[in-house]
Amino acid sequence: MSRPEDQPTGAGSQGIPGPTDRTAGTSTATGQAATPPPSEDRWREAVRAITTGNGLVALLSVLLAVAIGSLLILVTDDAVRETSGYVFSRPGDFFSAAGQAISGAYGSLFRGSIYNSRGADFASQIRPLTETLKFAGPLIMAGLGVGLTFRAGMFNIGGRGQMLLAGAAAGWVGINVDLPFPLHLAAAVLAGMVAGAFWAGIAGVLKARTGAHEVIVTIMLNYVGFYLVFYALSRQSLLQAPGSINPKSLPMQDSAILPDLLGDRFNLHLGFVLALVAVAVVWWVLNRSALGFRFRAVGANPHAARTAGIDVGRTYVLAMLISGALVGLAGANQILGTATSGVTVDLDAGIGFDAITVALLGRSHPLGILGAGLLFGAFKAGGFSMQASEGIPVDIVLVIQSLIVLFIAAPPLVRAMFRLPAQEAK
Amino acid sequence: MSTPHAAAPTDDRAGRPDGPHVMTTASPKVAIILGVVTLLLAAVVAFGSQTGDTTFRLSTRRDLAQLPDVTVPANATAWVAIVLMALATAEAVRRYLARTKVPLWLPAAYGVVAMIGFLAWAAAGATLPVIGLLAGALALAVPLVFGALGGVLGERVGVVNIAIDGQLLAGAFAAALVGSLLGSAWAGLIGAMLAGALVGLVLGVFAISYFVDQVIVGVVLNVLIIGLTSFMFSQVLAPNAATLNSPPRLGPVSVPLLGEIPVIGPILFRQSVVVYLLYVAVAVVTWSLYRTRWGLRVRAVGEHPQAADTVGINVLRTRYRTLLIAGATAGAGGAFYTLVSVSQFNREMTGGAGYIALAAVIFGKWDPIRATLAALLFGFASNLQGVLSVIGSPVPSEFMLMLPYVVTVFAVAGLVGRSRPPAAVGTPYRKG
Amino acid sequence: MQLALREVTKRFGSLVANDRISLTVEGGEIHCLLGENGAGKSTLMNVLYGLYRADEGQIVLDGEVQSFTGPGDAIAAGIGMVHQHFMLVPVFTVAENVMLGNEETGFAGSLDLEAARERVREISARFGFHVDPDAVVGDLPVGVQQRVEIIKVLSRDAKVLVFDEPTAVLTPQETDELMEIMRELRRSGAAIVFITHKLREVREVADRITVIRRGQVVGEAEPSASNAELAAMMVGRPVELTVSKKEPELGAASLVVEGLTVVDPAGLVQVDDISFEVRDGEILAVAGVQGNGQTELTEALLGLQHHVLGSIRLDGRELVGRKVRDVLDAGVGFVPEDRQVDGLVGSFTIAENLMLDRSFGAPFVRAGSLQLSALQEFAEEKLAQYDVRAPGITTPAGNLSGGNQQKVVVARELSRELRLLVAAQPTRGVDVGSIEFIHSQIVATRDAGVPVIVVSTELDEVVALADRIMVLYRGRVVGIVPADTPRQVLGLMMTGEPPTGDVA
Repeated sequence: MSRPEDQPTGAGSQGIPGPTDRTAGTSTATGQAATPPPSEDRWREAVRAITTGNGLVALLSVLLAVAIGSLLILVTDDAVRETSGYVFSRPGDFFSAAGQAISGAYGSLFRGSIYNSRGADFASQIRPLTETLKFAGPLIMAGLGVGLTFRAGMFNIGGRGQMLLAGAAAGWVGINVDLPFPLHLAAAVLAGMVAGAFWAGIAGVLKARTGAHEVIVTIMLNYVGFYLVFYALSRQSLLQAPGSINPKSLPMQDSAILPDLLGDRFNLHLGFVLALVAVAVVWWVLNRSALGFRFRAVGANPHAARTAGIDVGRTYVLAMLISGALVGLAGANQILGTATSGVTVDLDAGIGFDAITVALLGRSHPLGILGAGLLFGAFKAGGFSMQASEGIPVDIVLVIQSLIVLFIAAPPLVRAMFRLPAQEAK
Repeated sequence: MSTPHAAAPTDDRAGRPDGPHVMTTASPKVAIILGVVTLLLAAVVAFGSQTGDTTFRLSTRRDLAQLPDVTVPANATAWVAIVLMALATAEAVRRYLARTKVPLWLPAAYGVVAMIGFLAWAAAGATLPVIGLLAGALALAVPLVFGALGGVLGERVGVVNIAIDGQLLAGAFAAALVGSLLGSAWAGLIGAMLAGALVGLVLGVFAISYFVDQVIVGVVLNVLIIGLTSFMFSQVLAPNAATLNSPPRLGPVSVPLLGEIPVIGPILFRQSVVVYLLYVAVAVVTWSLYRTRWGLRVRAVGEHPQAADTVGINVLRTRYRTLLIAGATAGAGGAFYTLVSVSQFNREMTGGAGYIALAAVIFGKWDPIRATLAALLFGFASNLQGVLSVIGSPVPSEFMLMLPYVVTVFAVAGLVGRSRPPAAVGTPYRKG
Repeated sequence: MQLALREVTKRFGSLVANDRISLTVEGGEIHCLLGENGAGKSTLMNVLYGLYRADEGQIVLDGEVQSFTGPGDAIAAGIGMVHQHFMLVPVFTVAENVMLGNEETGFAGSLDLEAARERVREISARFGFHVDPDAVVGDLPVGVQQRVEIIKVLSRDAKVLVFDEPTAVLTPQETDELMEIMRELRRSGAAIVFITHKLREVREVADRITVIRRGQVVGEAEPSASNAELAAMMVGRPVELTVSKKEPELGAASLVVEGLTVVDPAGLVQVDDISFEVRDGEILAVAGVQGNGQTELTEALLGLQHHVLGSIRLDGRELVGRKVRDVLDAGVGFVPEDRQVDGLVGSFTIAENLMLDRSFGAPFVRAGSLQLSALQEFAEEKLAQYDVRAPGITTPAGNLSGGNQQKVVVARELSRELRLLVAAQPTRGVDVGSIEFIHSQIVATRDAGVPVIVVSTELDEVVALADRIMVLYRGRVVGIVPADTPRQVLGLMMTGEPPTGDVA
């Protein structure tokens, strides 16, 4: 019985040491093409770059989201609804009501976030801009944290829990430790970062050790963190203010508070500078450091990273620790800068989840996150002024924010809506 | 032409009679967990010794057949329970050493004994309304079970459904609005299901057609729906509460005969119609998923979409259709808030219940029955916390509330049995 | 049933995967489709099966032009496909897999599992398959899984059967059995399309042969054609793949493996107590059918496997139990068998990929900081030296062709100071030009005095490169034999027969 395997070519091997068709279909076919794109007319190429680039999609996503937000404001505006009843007999009323609703909304949004032309003096005129920066600070910090885990191939949906624990830890140091000014502040900030890192690190360790999905773990830890901090805030022995029955701590000592940047008239504090420093540090880590190289390698292809001698589990843990520290910085920023009157379970102010949208809008790049953080900071600052002056619920900001992210995440959808040319398939 | 391995006995894990042999895979996890819980309870009882008796009340005043109250000495009962738990742990250890499987009844019986022991200890000197405790647990669990069923369906067809919370919230909102506008609770229920399905559709458009990461879509959709419903609530519902935010209620309806069964009747059969709908939903989803052509295809698409495609099953259509059904199911759970619990909508009124439902999906290993049981367990934990804080117990309520989340963390870390999600969950299907 | 493809053209962007391909298969005939990897065979079959839509051309069955919008249409028209990567749901039973998409139902869409079981039993009996309808597919060996695929196709009354590279995962014995099944199907009147690149199989069963190269039909051949003729048609030029290498200058036995056992996460023993040594300046080729422990062996050498018993000593130092990074630092170069999964980060640039396993120190990292200028210089040099065809060093590796990707991997691994080279399937999915280049690099490494292990499932590659051949079967060493061992003996060894056994 003769049963040689493969090509029976005897001594001289003339068969093909053929690879098997491992990849079927498109990948096989497209895998062949490795030639540079043919050089086109430079102008057309530029137009193409703009219309197919991510920048335009981002801009259009923002416009689209704002347009939908406007529609919501319109259909829920009482005056607009009233005039729409007789829109055909007196269309003028309808359009002027609609115009007023929209211009009122965005006018107050602008006055609340950038420049208040109705301000009495220059200081109150530019105060909104400083408010925007104040709100942007923690969004940028936490956004960097979330973005960093995205780059390492993970999700950190646990911003809320990490901020709460960080705020509680920073708050505890800020209340109970006696140190002179810069040291006390530094210790409190550090405590917050460590607490945030610890809470996120749990998810990192569990992922590295047991493969537990960090999305589920961080979501669950949000709630565990919430109840832990709530527990601490309802025990006088831990964080609750003595003699109080409310779940709230004492205010921070002055030596632990982030100093104002522009004096007493503005709320803007040192936290924004820390956010800028964080942007620079994270940029360096991701783009210029060996650690960031490994983060990116693990994020893009953990198998290849492991084969190349990179300890994937360790990288996950490190990425989660740094991410948690950044989110923790945001938590410390809240309690030591923005809301120094005491630790509460609301101290995260939605930033933990906003950070996800900031990171997505910023495409997980530090500079993008800076821009996205500023934009969403402006929305926050303006949203509150819109609610105060126009009676439009601040929740509209959440709607616009999440719509932006949805659209950004689906460029083909946006392109189809605006009939733009499709981006060249990879 | 036949070969030895073609005739391989299928009970052989390796499937190759003369192939690689299997090395030890038995796990001591069950025994360890039982042991740890036993020690924990023993420590709690030893350090927090209670005096007095505990009364378990087994009937409500409306019952035809009145059962007598059961009164037991608090500490002694707890210690008896601990001894029984220790015995169960020993049995688990013995089975591990003998390399035999631990049967499911062992941890189940252990759980019941542990709970009785704990309750006897925690409620010392008070009367524990057992019926109220369990009926209340069921009520708290209803939206969780609906949400978990929606989650199971979505994940079984290969789409991560983080948006359960959004579906519950949208359902609650739509039920309140439609119910108030049309003056019919049933219309509200249908509105809730449509709203949930709509969220499922949006999830589908982004996750299935545009390949957007499913976790991202889910998280963002939840935020979007919180924003939308809160905005509409403040802007429209709250100012016109009488006309737009006061839906009729679907109150409890006692089922004849069944409602009079002692203990079980008042718990299971004196509930709202929505709860009876839940029983039907659990049964129908389970049966459909495992016993019908539709279910086989859903599971195939969630496990190996390409295989399904190559036998002529339309993967995308199956995913869309299942997501719509999943959304409608979760939406019905949302209606429970505004048509049964309280008869008005409030901002963020689900309080993140969708995430507990998600936890139940995972803890329930993507199986409708197990997920339902997990959701019931979580409902029980939160209601127990409420009852204990009313009768005054030594356990901080925060830790009871934490329980579902901690248990889920343990579950995904593989410390409580191994969970294996559907293979294709989270990956969009691209043809070719 | 007669199947005819007429002028079928399929494009992906600017690439023409199938260029006006015409082909006719009659009932009761086995028609072989022969071509190199990437020649367009699988694309053509996906068009036939309704997975892709042809840009031009027609599919004709018994004179009727077909218009398939999906596999469902193709199945309904009587086309069945045995896929290279089995299209089976691992957690389903055999019966469930067979009935999927073709379910018989009772009340309210409830499944009639008994009917499906009966169908499996009936077809099994007809072909002597002995497949248990209630076995869970994931637990079955690959050979049996393939039978389930065949049952699945037959249960749909397919008249045209397509076998897409069906022998890649089979032992020679199983391959022979498959050939027999194909003949049996031919006797029953089915039209069979057999896609392969293995010349022996073609000549054994084919009635007609069509050769495809770069998306075009380059000609038909008779089964009596010689291997050289067929190979030349496939590649487009005379092929002389004997690697030119001189006699080895053997040094000390630097790599000593003793009693190596690897257990996978499911508890299966994948490498079972194997021992061997490799000397400086020697190539040990590891032969065997895919899935007989080769993957686990190479991964164990690199420290990628968790449960490893026994010892691996390189230059006297123990490698078992050490981390991947330590093994790499000890001078082990590794070309993984699946470069897209384990070898490269597709979204990284060529330059970044060239430093992938050197992110811990000089020359590319100093004080935790990347040295981008050093990397750029290095990458430019390697690009030229290894003849990587790419626009530049910032091109993402994922955009390269298979051969160029593999050259990047080889360049990275060979540019370190090596004490051992482990190359797993170094030329899989690589064009012929790149194969020659990569082979010459491997031989050059051996001539520089480095011990080399080459793992290949292609016997030709094994024979061409080896100084000695080690054959693995089910995780065990069948034997270690000289490079000039006759192929028949090697083939038998791959079925588990020791070399001293009865060789006909």
